[in-house]
Amino acid sequence: MTRKSRRLILIAACGSVLALAVGLILFAMSGSIVFFRSPTDIAAQGIAPGTRLRLGGLVKDGSLKRGAGETVEFAVTDTNATVAVQYRGLLPDLFREGQGVVAEGVLEPGGLFRADTVLAKHDESYMPREVADALKAQGRWQEGKEAAKGTGKEAATASAGGTLGPRSER
Amino acid sequence: MIVETGHFALALALALSLVQAVMPVWAARSGDPALRQTAGQAALGAFACVLFAFAALTYAHATSDFSVQNVVENSHTQKPLIYKLSGVWGNHEGSMLLWVLILTLFGACVAAARNSVPPKLRANTLGVQGLITFVFVLFIVTASNPFTRVIPAPLEGNDLNPLLQDPGLAIHPPLLYVGYVGFSISFAFAVAALIDGRIDAVWARAVRPWTLTAWVFLTLGIAMGSYWAYYELGWGGWWFWDPVENASLMPWIAGTALLHSTVVMEKRDALKVWTVLLAILTFSLSLVGTFLVRSGVITSVHSFATDPTRGVFILAILVLFIGGSLTLFAWRAPLLRQGGLFAPISREGALVLNNLFLVAACATVFVGTLYPLLLEMLTGEKITVGPPFFNATFVPLAIPLLLIVPFGQALAWKRGDVLAASQRLFFALAVALAAGFATLAFAWGGPVMAPVGVGLGAYLLIGSALEIYHRARGYGASRTRVPGQIARRALGLPRSAWGTALAHAGVGVVVIGIAAQGWATEALATLKPGETLATGPYVATLDRLAPRTGPNYEEAAAFLTVRERDGEGVGHMVGHVETGKRFYPSRRMTVTESGLLTVGASQVYASLGEMGADGGVGLRLYYKPLVLLIWLGAVVMAAGGALALTDRRMRVGAPAKARARPLPQAAAVPAE
Repeated sequence: MTRKSRRLILIAACGSVLALAVGLILFAMSGSIVFFRSPTDIAAQGIAPGTRLRLGGLVKDGSLKRGAGETVEFAVTDTNATVAVQYRGLLPDLFREGQGVVAEGVLEPGGLFRADTVLAKHDESYMPREVADALKAQGRWQEGKEAAKGTGKEAATASAGGTLGPRSER
Repeated sequence: MIVETGHFALALALALSLVQAVMPVWAARSGDPALRQTAGQAALGAFACVLFAFAALTYAHATSDFSVQNVVENSHTQKPLIYKLSGVWGNHEGSMLLWVLILTLFGACVAAARNSVPPKLRANTLGVQGLITFVFVLFIVTASNPFTRVIPAPLEGNDLNPLLQDPGLAIHPPLLYVGYVGFSISFAFAVAALIDGRIDAVWARAVRPWTLTAWVFLTLGIAMGSYWAYYELGWGGWWFWDPVENASLMPWIAGTALLHSTVVMEKRDALKVWTVLLAILTFSLSLVGTFLVRSGVITSVHSFATDPTRGVFILAILVLFIGGSLTLFAWRAPLLRQGGLFAPISREGALVLNNLFLVAACATVFVGTLYPLLLEMLTGEKITVGPPFFNATFVPLAIPLLLIVPFGQALAWKRGDVLAASQRLFFALAVALAAGFATLAFAWGGPVMAPVGVGLGAYLLIGSALEIYHRARGYGASRTRVPGQIARRALGLPRSAWGTALAHAGVGVVVIGIAAQGWATEALATLKPGETLATGPYVATLDRLAPRTGPNYEEAAAFLTVRERDGEGVGHMVGHVETGKRFYPSRRMTVTESGLLTVGASQVYASLGEMGADGGVGLRLYYKPLVLLIWLGAVVMAAGGALALTDRRMRVGAPAKARARPLPQAAAVPAE
């Protein structure tokens, strides 16, 4: 085998593995990406039912209902719009009314959001950044602890010195 | 006072690391080799200083010195001592100090190691290492000082995030950091070779023990992190393709590729430029990982609340080292004499294929991890790239890679024979197919990929065993059929051969463990005491609910008895499980403690939900068949790496080089 053909084989091997990787990435990108939407986005954009997405906002006060068989229903709001969510499973430890939440699942034709994953905060001192940004976009950013105490109506600004401040400010 | 001294020691380490970085350059310019010695002494001094600083911070945590802000924010007088100690690195400042401690530890090891590294290469390596240390200590001193005082000192601290109050915190970060930071040595060696403009088998042999050490620790660290997430987060998953997990996986994949390409370079004097590039990329990915996790661009338990200047600083470090080293590579790499090309069908050809697939797999993880960040930065659109993406890209690249593992081992160096290799592997392939079909028939109607995975794992296991067998049996005239002689020869094989076989077998064990998760089951119900919940082959009965008090928490615990399922009825008892919800008053935070019952390598996993008003409680029960194999396999892999590390060849210089060009120290000197 000549030097040239060895080199050609090496280049062909590199090229084909690279092409395989790029092909796989492009294929997977087209099918498996999940977009983040706020309740306002869902109301405004008319997202087709059956689309998989991430919904983020605050859990509406007084909306949490526990049904039979560990099914829970709650509403996610960003004060402009509200989306009803149904979820079967155990809620995360830091899931609370008036607090930030991200739910991943599918929007059903009736406007109900059927979630298969619910994420709350890892730590009481911050909320998912997506939620913080979404709330800021709505002009009603407020610090997590105050949201728990207050009724969630006042449009507070980021509290100075709060542990949430730096993260959400960026 | 001790705290101030620790702060001062850190400043001293900053100065010493600068000396360490500058001296080799000065030595090269002035032509005075004695100056090179200074770099080694500075490295040892810097390590001593950082160790003192770290001990000072540990002291402040252990004695709950609430005049130190870091202690106030992360400690509490009632916290158990083990979490006071491990809490030192359970926060941003402390974790960066641990990072630098390990960085200087490695620098000191290179300075103190008595293996036969040419003095110039050693000095340049220490210089590069010194520069890395300097920049990171500068970061700590200016932007992330753990020794900041609070006046007046509060009476009580804020306590550590309860999720982190776990023995895992004592083990996972140090292991992971030794892995991450250990690759800085490979990086420093690569940059030193570029500066020198020369690279050869001596270089490969000098760098291999360091890469292997880092790899062993990173393997253990990732496995430990995975197990911790599995039992702590209460979702029963062992890998989430979370950005922080990917951040540790990427250097691991690149490091694995580096290990294999270094072997080719050592044995065949080929793939030189590629190996240097890979060494640079591996540590660059470690830095990217540090940036992702520590800068706060990603929210997770790993990202402690940080201020944005730190993120910018780490980004600047990232740009400096990755950009600088790649620029140096582009400039100097053409000077490195290229090794020869080799036959595609050979051991080295298979290792090239291994490198190709590993790098491609690493690239898919990289794209999946960074694309969402990039897209959000450019368009503001927020997306999530989750498990479906990685399953569709990583897995198809990993399967052919695993298929060629035993195959490459069966090929000879220089010129391999596909037919002979296939004949040698015939037994492994036959058993693997049989195992795959047997599991398919046994678990008919289950997931398709699970039997494929079991077959693949069996193929890897038997392939590793066959490799040892064939090497022990010998080739050509020395071939023997006497079992006793084979056994004797097998024991006489170099430890690196056993290490390789063990590591590859560990991969097989991991693959079987992952595949078996296809048969995992889960059940969810609201239970009252006395009621039962069934999943897989087991039935759990809720015996009682009772409150408990821990050192710094109150717990509502559920006690379950697990019995075997016997048709529709219940068989004999298997064991007890406790799961609870712990409330930590200091942080006003509740954490679910999942309960695990281990049966062989399988586990029953219980996770407690909300207490209902009617006395019922939500309970999630998982059956995880052979789940422990995932982490045990990783431990086997690491054990293989550690075994190879004890091989004599890891400690002596490359003999061929020593003969060709006798240097005072280059004669093969075994370690003490």
